[in-house]
Amino acid sequence: MVADAAPSRLAAARPGTPLGLQIRAWLARHLEAVVIPVGAAVLGFLLFGLFLTALGKSPLQLVEIVWRGGFGSPFALGNSLQRAAPLLFAALCVALPARLGLVVIGGEGAIVLGGLATAAAAQPLAGFPAPLAVPLMAGAAALAGAVWIGAVGWLQAYRNVNATIASLLMSYIAIALANHLIEGPLRDPASLNKPSTLPVGDAFMLGPMPVIGVHWGLGCGIVACVIAYVLMDRTTLGFAARIAGGNVRAAQIQGLPVGRLIVGFTALGGAFAALAGYFEVAAVQGTANGTLAAGYGYTGILVAFLARQNPLAIMPVAVLLGGIEASSGLIQRRMQLPDATVLVLEGLLFLVVLLSETLYGRFKLFNPHLWAEKRAATPAAPVPA
Amino acid sequence: MDATPSAIGVETIGMTKRFGAFAALDDVSMRIEAGGFHALLGENGAGKSTFVKCVMGFYAPTAGSVLVDGREAEITNPKGAQARGLGMVYQHFTLVPSLTGAENLVISRADAPAILDWKAERAALAAFMAGMPFRLNLDRPVAELAAGEKQKLEIVKQLYLKARFLILDEPTSVLTPDEAEEVLGLLRAMTDRGVLTVLMISHKFREVETFARSLSVLRRGRLVGGGAVGDLSRDDMAAMMIGERIVRPVAARVGEPDAAREILRIEGLDATDASGLRRIAITDLRVRAREIVGIAGVSGNGQKELADVLGGQIRAAGGRVAVAGAPYTGRRAQSRARRVRFIPEEPLRNACAPRMSVAENLAFRAFDRRDEDPSGPPTLWLDRRAMSRRAKDLIARFKVKTASSEAPIATLSGGNVQRAVLARELTDPVDLLIVVNPCFGLDFAAVSEIRTRIVAARNAGTAVLLISEDLDEILELSDRIVVMSDGRLVYETPAATAEIGTIGRHMAGHH
Repeated sequence: MVADAAPSRLAAARPGTPLGLQIRAWLARHLEAVVIPVGAAVLGFLLFGLFLTALGKSPLQLVEIVWRGGFGSPFALGNSLQRAAPLLFAALCVALPARLGLVVIGGEGAIVLGGLATAAAAQPLAGFPAPLAVPLMAGAAALAGAVWIGAVGWLQAYRNVNATIASLLMSYIAIALANHLIEGPLRDPASLNKPSTLPVGDAFMLGPMPVIGVHWGLGCGIVACVIAYVLMDRTTLGFAARIAGGNVRAAQIQGLPVGRLIVGFTALGGAFAALAGYFEVAAVQGTANGTLAAGYGYTGILVAFLARQNPLAIMPVAVLLGGIEASSGLIQRRMQLPDATVLVLEGLLFLVVLLSETLYGRFKLFNPHLWAEKRAATPAAPVPA
Repeated sequence: MDATPSAIGVETIGMTKRFGAFAALDDVSMRIEAGGFHALLGENGAGKSTFVKCVMGFYAPTAGSVLVDGREAEITNPKGAQARGLGMVYQHFTLVPSLTGAENLVISRADAPAILDWKAERAALAAFMAGMPFRLNLDRPVAELAAGEKQKLEIVKQLYLKARFLILDEPTSVLTPDEAEEVLGLLRAMTDRGVLTVLMISHKFREVETFARSLSVLRRGRLVGGGAVGDLSRDDMAAMMIGERIVRPVAARVGEPDAAREILRIEGLDATDASGLRRIAITDLRVRAREIVGIAGVSGNGQKELADVLGGQIRAAGGRVAVAGAPYTGRRAQSRARRVRFIPEEPLRNACAPRMSVAENLAFRAFDRRDEDPSGPPTLWLDRRAMSRRAKDLIARFKVKTASSEAPIATLSGGNVQRAVLARELTDPVDLLIVVNPCFGLDFAAVSEIRTRIVAARNAGTAVLLISEDLDEILELSDRIVVMSDGRLVYETPAATAEIGTIGRHMAGHH
């Protein structure tokens, strides 16, 4: 072979490819992952606009209300960011297992258990200094979520139980278990019409972050997303997980510990989701109660899919959906629409995003290997024979 | 059945099928006489399957038409083809395994009533079978039949559905040599009697010469030649199939196996696949350095399970697999320390992540290895720059044809995927190489190149375990041949004195 003295930094196998083409190829490959989900989201909004028109409402008014209720004022923005915080964590519970090819949709259960573990851990820690107790409470929450979703991974890896179904069913179990404990053994006798655990106490409550005034869950959620990104894209562990997600048999033949990777990534996802519950209790509610199961786990699935399971993209998408949820009250009042309207929007978005998954690799514009095909005499793409 | 049905002829005119910009089939006009036995030859991807799928109505051709018995026939789906007396037997079985032969036949009929009168059906079947040259027990569940019997039943099913023009897609790939001989011989006799026309896709010259009367050759979607079988030599046929390309002969084995260095040793191995249905029991198998041991056998006799045990995909229930004297279970650290490489069959399905890039797929072996200390613990940080550098090097050295190292590996042709996998697995020194059906579905040029690389590795001192369903490949490459049948190793012979008839008998389970 001829030694290539100055390998170009931009990847192109054929020597002599002009730099301009290489740059275009690089751009095309990376733009596909942006254009398709954004296009899908726009289509979802358009469909929702049709739905509103059919109901005799103005889609433009909705846009205006979402802007005003979600982003238009510092208060609205703070409200959106506060709702985005748990979505960040919940979406990671989907995105991390997704790298291994698993669709985990039971983040809601981990959130509830995380909140419950926080409240339960606060009781024996009463009187301890906060710098010691706060991380212990967060650790208890993370552990509960890790065990719960890690068990889903274990069932999939070692017993071949479908992770999607197992995680959904275990989510119901988690919520039922939490309700039982909140209304039974852990109930604060003083909580009369809204059964709750004993408050964690003001000493262990987290204050708002400086400047933006939103609780610390947002900052920690962003850090978690960055950690997840580094883990998945910059470490050999993340690469091994992608191999296993891309083709389990290939990963096994390479001797990769597929079972341990699955359990590890699902457990980490569960720990993150549980932290959403931790912040709901330790920064917002002050106690664990029924409002923990507010649907963040389910919206998180939508966030992760819209973000194409990319932790960096999860951040803006979570803020967008946080804004939509924040404005749902205003939508109800100003447009006289039921609160399920936002669920219709989310459902439409989800459907369109799932459909858009089939479009990757289809557009010549985004797939440089198809350009080359035009130039070369023989096709590079496999053709049904 | 009233009068004896007579064979029908089929002719295509200007048959063209495009997938996007690519013409899989380009203006193919072919005439198959009634009562003929016509062979369709061509390399993988030459358009053979596309052609028959157009005739059968699976694909709507972009242009061109089909004439059945001289009249233009608009065939838009397989049902329409069946109604006109056209039938097709696929490479893989389409029978319901849990049902008996009789049940399979009756339910395949389009006009089967909702409530079956089994007495009448049985009588009709008996009458039908009396007119068939094939002897079959129709009361046994299909799952219990041998491959040859299943193939016969598939053919009988088409005849039962009144097919008078039968298309066979590589009909003998799952059969032993004897079974193949019998099935094709019976079909040939039917064409001689004028009750059936056969169009057979094949790549085995011996079969074509023995049974077909005429042949056509496709290359890159075009009809490039054909004629009566006796008029063409094997060299003619091969030349038409591969065109102008030069195919290197496979390099010869050089040097003797190193008797003192036993690399792989399997003793008393006992394993069951995930379904629990298929069990293998291997008493003793050894592979020495600079030796290729070929495992021959009919598909589905435990070869896959043996490969899965060695590849760490199923766990052995008992026994011992040792590489270089130490137990081996396929873990990454073990294969790295003992320099074991594994090339599974159908590399895109089993050795690659199709949607990951060529560069990433090329990195599967080395991405977590410390360059300064290959036997040390795996690294934590991923070095993408090194990955890309290494990929470009391998792509150039192994001549992998790809638009870019960043293109998804699924966009490469089969031969190039296989080349990429070989590049990944064979660049570092290898002590033990396990290869499964390495040339499945590849064209001539790719096949000879890949076999050459395997032999080169062996000549350099690698112990090679070659598990293959292609007996010619085993005979060509191996130092020693072992036959696997029903999960056991039943026969062993040095390749130099191997006798194909004896091997065939053991493959068929007569030992």
